[in-house]
Amino acid sequence: MLNVTDDFPVMTYFCLTYKAARKPGGGLPGVSLATFKDAEHIVRLAVASAIVLVIFLLVRAHFIPKSFGQYGHYRGDALAELTAKPIHYAGHQTCEQCHSDVLDVKKMGKHAGVNCEGCHGPQAKHAEDPGAGKPVLPDTKVLCARCHEANLAKPKNFPQVVTADHSGGEACKTCHQPHSPLLAPGEKKKS
Amino acid sequence: MPFDGFMYPNEVELQWSVLIVVYPFLTGLVAGAFILASLERIFHVEAVKPTYRLALLTALSFLLVAPLPLQLHLGRPERSLEMYLTPHTSSAMAMFGFVYLWYLMAVILLEIWLEYRKEIVLLSQSTTGLKRQMYRLLTLGSSNLSEGALKVDDKVGWVVSLIGIPSAFLLHGYVGFIFGSIKANPWWNTPLMPVVFLFSAMVSGIAIVLLIYMATCKLRHIKIDMRCVDTIAQYLLYTFIIDFGLEMLDLIHRIYEADESFHSLNFMMQTKLFFSQVVLQIALGTVVPILTLGFIQIFHVPEKVRKLCYSICGALTIIGIFAMRWNVVIGGQLFSKSFLGYTTYKVDLISREGELIAAGLLLLPFIILAVMVKILPPWPRDEVSAAD
Ligand code: HEC
Ligand code: HEC
Ligand code: HEC
Ligand code: HEC
Repeated sequence: MLNVTDDFPVMTYFCLTYKAARKPGGGLPGVSLATFKDAEHIVRLAVASAIVLVIFLLVRAHFIPKSFGQYGHYRGDALAELTAKPIHYAGHQTCEQCHSDVLDVKKMGKHAGVNCEGCHGPQAKHAEDPGAGKPVLPDTKVLCARCHEANLAKPKNFPQVVTADHSGGEACKTCHQPHSPLLAPGEKKKS
Repeated sequence: MPFDGFMYPNEVELQWSVLIVVYPFLTGLVAGAFILASLERIFHVEAVKPTYRLALLTALSFLLVAPLPLQLHLGRPERSLEMYLTPHTSSAMAMFGFVYLWYLMAVILLEIWLEYRKEIVLLSQSTTGLKRQMYRLLTLGSSNLSEGALKVDDKVGWVVSLIGIPSAFLLHGYVGFIFGSIKANPWWNTPLMPVVFLFSAMVSGIAIVLLIYMATCKLRHIKIDMRCVDTIAQYLLYTFIIDFGLEMLDLIHRIYEADESFHSLNFMMQTKLFFSQVVLQIALGTVVPILTLGFIQIFHVPEKVRKLCYSICGALTIIGIFAMRWNVVIGGQLFSKSFLGYTTYKVDLISREGELIAAGLLLLPFIILAVMVKILPPWPRDEVSAAD
């Protein structure tokens, strides 16, 4: 039978004295029960550490969400929570179903690859119920500069202007049609 | 404009602030102070005995503050605990959390407990009230002070010191590793980084223990043990020489290799980092202390002058090592990865990552140390009883 309070100190003590015993003149100190008692506080420390460890493991078990690690190093439930969030963007296909006139202009111009909501912002609510209210039209002075303001870090072949020099504060739409920017306002592309 | 030449947009503003300078600085002091203490213990250097306990308490005080700059820098400190709950093995910082915890719990606290067990037991019998309860808790219910029990303390403590040395190497080597392993940054990316950090840590730790020991002697109106400070100064010199040698090795290697980053880094050293690197770190923080300490080794210098020299060298060393951390952390963010531009770092006085907070973090360990010294007096046993 292994007796924790008695045998553990025996083992600890033996390991510790082994080194001393190998030193010249060291010799194994008197191995009596009294000397084992001297390691009692070490055992107490070991037990205290074990208790702390167990508490830590309990706390850990309590705080780690149940679904953690279900699919990877994250909370599995997070996926369901994310899908439950309301949708803000409808996608350009949806817009184009009702605004085919805009699409017709846009697809011929340089902004063909730019999505509706990239300029108009998230419009899922409007797409679901157009009667609920008209979307606010973007201010071209702010909007266009967001993409076209000159910056060294942008790719060289991307069209850029220093807006202060280029338009002198005038709204871009006075000279450019937003949906087909190389056309002047009112101008129509001949196909 | 805060920058010259060409910077990528995400390089204009520095992300790692002065707090990230404070972090390796503090960790370095911990590792250095502990290594000094362990060397005394493992190699039985009697001369430096008076600083053994002081060095342990110093290491603990600085260790407790070491993670705070990171918490302040990142914000949301409560989230840092998650790294213990759900650690990710691919994250260098998460693994640092474990190195830190191991060092705190398994090395420093354990060694201090074993070293102080006798005092704790005696104090639990001589004090009263709340203090008594505290000491009694610390005894863990065992008041065995027999010769055999103290022998066990000594032996287990020896083993802990032995484990502690590689642990301290790991702790600070790891801090160097975090920088050295960032392959996108040529200023940091060198396998020498952990080793350089380690030796600079030992230099700063030895210097701070030297300074703290001399200061406590002054405060307690006790004669400074010259044999002790002379020996520590000797250690300081030796580790300094190794540290300086390694840093120069790194420099020569960079100069000879002269890869595509060299021109840019060289320019930076001659302009933006000239004061902090060449003047503070190399000239005042390294060459002056090495020459002074070396001079003392060779020529006979009167005691009074020696004391003064040690204080000045200690202070210069600490400033130099702080400058070294600054040059690594801040210097590594001042140049563009295009090697065509340089930015500037402006630190605020009052903000979450400002000078005031940094100064507070550097002061806090000393306050903790003052409290710790009250609870666990580090002075030699005979001296305490003589004073009572
Ligand atoms: C179900 C059909 C429908 C869908 C889908 C739809 N819209 Fe509309 N939209 C309308 C109608 C109808 C109006 C006119 C509302 C009015 O005049 O009160 C309108 C008006 C607008 C206006 C304001 C026009 C103005 O003159 O002020 C904008 C901008 C707009 N839509 C953008 C979008 C975008 C972007 C999308 C895609 C996310 C979208 N719409 C999807 C039907 C739709
Ligand atoms: C490059 C940015 C941009 C893109 C992409 C864009 N728009 Fe517009 N759109 C604008 C601006 C700017 C106005 C406001 C023009 C004004 O103030 O007269 C506008 C106006 C409108 C209007 C109001 C009527 C009109 O034609 O002036 C509708 C409807 C509209 N957009 C729908 C769409 C749809 C649908 C798409 C996607 C097929 C789309 N837009 C893509 C910038 C854009
Ligand atoms: C979401 C970013 C974005 C916004 C906002 C935007 N554009 Fe563009 N623009 C583009 C892209 C992308 C192109 C196509 C570039 C290409 O073909 O390489 C382009 C092309 C152009 C061109 C053609 C340049 C040429 O020489 O080919 C003009 C002119 C232009 N935009 C003007 C405008 C104006 C005016 C506005 C404001 C109404 C605007 N843009 C808003 C992204 C944007
Ligand atoms: C006064 C009229 C006017 C205004 C206002 C104006 N533009 Fe232009 N923009 C032009 C003309 C004309 C061109 C065509 C120049 C050419 O083809 O070389 C042009 C060309 C461009 C180009 C293409 C440049 C290139 O290198 O290919 C961009 C981008 C552009 N404008 C953006 C803007 C933006 C953004 C604004 C608003 C801040 C704006 N423009 C306002 C007249 C104007």
